[in-house]
Amino acid sequence: MSVVRRRPATTRALGVGLLLALPLALTACDSDDSSGDAVKVTAKDKSCDVAKKDWPAGKNSIKVTNKGSQVTELYVYAQGDRIVTERENIGPGTSATLNFEIKAGTYEVACKPGMKGDGIRQKVTVAGTPAEKPIDPRLAEAVAHYRTFTNTTVEQMLPLATEFVNAVKAGDVAKAKEYYPKSRLGWETIEPVAESFGDLDPQMDAREADLEPGQEWSGWHRIEKALWTTGQITDVEKGYADRLMADLKTLQSKVGTVDITPTSIANGAKGLLDEVATGKVTGEEEAFSHTDLWDFAGNVDGAKKAFELLKPYVAEKDAALTGTLDAEFAKIQGLLFKYKQGDGYVSYDTVDEAKRKELSDAVNALGEPLSKLAGVVAQ
Amino acid sequence: MTETDRVAEAVEPSSGDGFSRRALLGWTGGALVVGAAAAGGVATAVTGTEDKSSTPALGSVDFHGVNQAGIATPVQDRLHFCVFDVITDDRAKLVRMLQQWTAAAAAMTAGKQIGTGADSGVPESPPDDTGEAVGLPPNNLTLTVGFGPTLFTKDGRDRFGIAAKKPEALAELPAFPGDKLDPQRSGGDIAVQACSDDPQVAVHAIRNLARIGFGVVSVRWSQLGFGKTSSTTPEAMTPRNLFGFKDGTRNIAGTETDRLREHVWVPAGEGPAWMTGGSYLVARRIRMHIETWDRTSLQEQEDVIGRNKGVGAPQGATGEHDVVPLKALPEKSHVRLSHPDTNNGATILRRGYSFVDGSDGLGRLEAGLFFLAYQRDPRKGFIPVQQRLAANDAMNEYIQHVGSALFACPGGVRGADDYWGKALFA
Repeated sequence: MSVVRRRPATTRALGVGLLLALPLALTACDSDDSSGDAVKVTAKDKSCDVAKKDWPAGKNSIKVTNKGSQVTELYVYAQGDRIVTERENIGPGTSATLNFEIKAGTYEVACKPGMKGDGIRQKVTVAGTPAEKPIDPRLAEAVAHYRTFTNTTVEQMLPLATEFVNAVKAGDVAKAKEYYPKSRLGWETIEPVAESFGDLDPQMDAREADLEPGQEWSGWHRIEKALWTTGQITDVEKGYADRLMADLKTLQSKVGTVDITPTSIANGAKGLLDEVATGKVTGEEEAFSHTDLWDFAGNVDGAKKAFELLKPYVAEKDAALTGTLDAEFAKIQGLLFKYKQGDGYVSYDTVDEAKRKELSDAVNALGEPLSKLAGVVAQ
Repeated sequence: MTETDRVAEAVEPSSGDGFSRRALLGWTGGALVVGAAAAGGVATAVTGTEDKSSTPALGSVDFHGVNQAGIATPVQDRLHFCVFDVITDDRAKLVRMLQQWTAAAAAMTAGKQIGTGADSGVPESPPDDTGEAVGLPPNNLTLTVGFGPTLFTKDGRDRFGIAAKKPEALAELPAFPGDKLDPQRSGGDIAVQACSDDPQVAVHAIRNLARIGFGVVSVRWSQLGFGKTSSTTPEAMTPRNLFGFKDGTRNIAGTETDRLREHVWVPAGEGPAWMTGGSYLVARRIRMHIETWDRTSLQEQEDVIGRNKGVGAPQGATGEHDVVPLKALPEKSHVRLSHPDTNNGATILRRGYSFVDGSDGLGRLEAGLFFLAYQRDPRKGFIPVQQRLAANDAMNEYIQHVGSALFACPGGVRGADDYWGKALFA
């Protein structure tokens, strides 16, 4: 976890995939030797000096030196603050080298002294066409299908979210509670993609416990707290409901622009299981509504979808791995089925410690082999 | 991290803890093994790799042998003891995991990394070894495995077709008066005892075995220990427990082959064949009421133990290793009651550790003795001795047994084709 704030691991996982689908031979030769060609970035407390602002598309490298007095971090953002690469915890007087892949376009390099805020930014331009590795047709198909899947998922969650938002605005607590978990399910299913759009994730899905000082709390969990603690819907919640809908529309308009690669799909699947392991199985995600099992199921479904799309390719490379994953997905879905209630799931506060451990064991049993998926896809 | 450690950020941004595993990716030395790591999925985490650390494997204990290491081996300073439950019904999966564990254990005890190591393999995959022991010598790491009664039968069911091979000596321990056993810290199907002179090495070993075992086993409970409270090298200084006393000065030494043969190793023909060369392990988490002990007068402390607190001499004697003049000791003293001569010769090999798990909710030290005893048959070793102690020991006022487990530890892994439990599952 970040010392400063909590970011979902999946953001980074996807960040990689955004631009990485490279042959190993290319990525593997990086070492400090390459830092001779690295773009030098000098980070100080009030400046962020980027030595070269025109970069070639393809493989690039940054050597950042922190000459400031505070710990800093370095980001390269694509438009919409999508993270291309990042490095945290660069101590005063130290350097770090970041190697990454980047496509043509305009980007921003940000230094964040104290590891806070939006950072001190510099624009850079990337031009040219890197030599691309021909992609296996099965993987190309997986990418196309995954894109359709994310688009469809967002389309399908809109009516449910509309019901939720309308219920909140009508002051209908019972209906709002009913639609709360339903309105989130799609988000949880495509979380790695949904989280890649800069501020959308904190605006829509921040948990109270994770807020930074001064950060405005909005989104689902803000409304969740009101619904399940006071049971009162005020104009404040109604305002946040409107904003949630606006953010969802933004997500809908942007989701098609995400760069998806086979590796990012695989990493996203693993990331979804990590989400379950750290947030859902602990009951931390839905602190008030205890609808964690809905999110859990959404995460698992999203991971399964990703795996199924990659399976034709992976099965040929590593049949033992796909066999294990088939079995473990079946096991965890069977386990989740036990908690089905109507079209949803039982409240997580009715699931005792022993049962939570059983779920946690199933998450570990699936998450461990799932972490091997990206390695096979990247071959 | 120093700058020289920042070899390459590679293509993956750093993980959220601010430290990127990828930062460790150094491609110098031609360590890149394309395709090898991913090829077998989880199963690749099993083969030992060349020792990539620059430090030679100083102080390593042979993993292979007639008996398992970690029993008569000189007691190391640190412990990570972990008990697992098997969560699959698939016998083949369990056997495969035991094979993977054995290969990993053989590598780690030799100071090698697991599989393709911590900084090699496919960059898009997590490394086979978690890496926190890289560069550390094994510090006499030993890994010792034991099988609990519930591995054989549970709820009357033969789980893996090995019920008929369950030793009679592996019966559940009887209830002892005064026990307050926490089921969350008791029992379990498989135990692994990791001992090393470096805590990080012991923790690394358990962490990686747990990881390899995901989906087959689940961690039931574990215990960290420090400050060995017994010694299997009696010529060395006897360590003190958290009561400040020397104990176990008459413990069996690793060099006393006759006593080991008589009291510790299971001989051929005694119980099932797979236990030949093995031993039975009793593990007890003994909470010590530290604060009340510390308010106890020196005289009472010495009377409770039956020893002088300074040099550790038995009461009525002058030297630590003097023959214990049993009759001179208070009747209910710990030393008198637990001595083999007052227990029809019942003798166990102790290799327990102190533990302090912070403080409890009342601000008392959550501390005590993690008692580990090996013996040829618990019905002739731990059980009769503990029955006497539980009924009479003056020390009971200051201690409470809160966790308990019994395991059958098979004979040693004999060679490269052998693995933990091979004779049991054959």
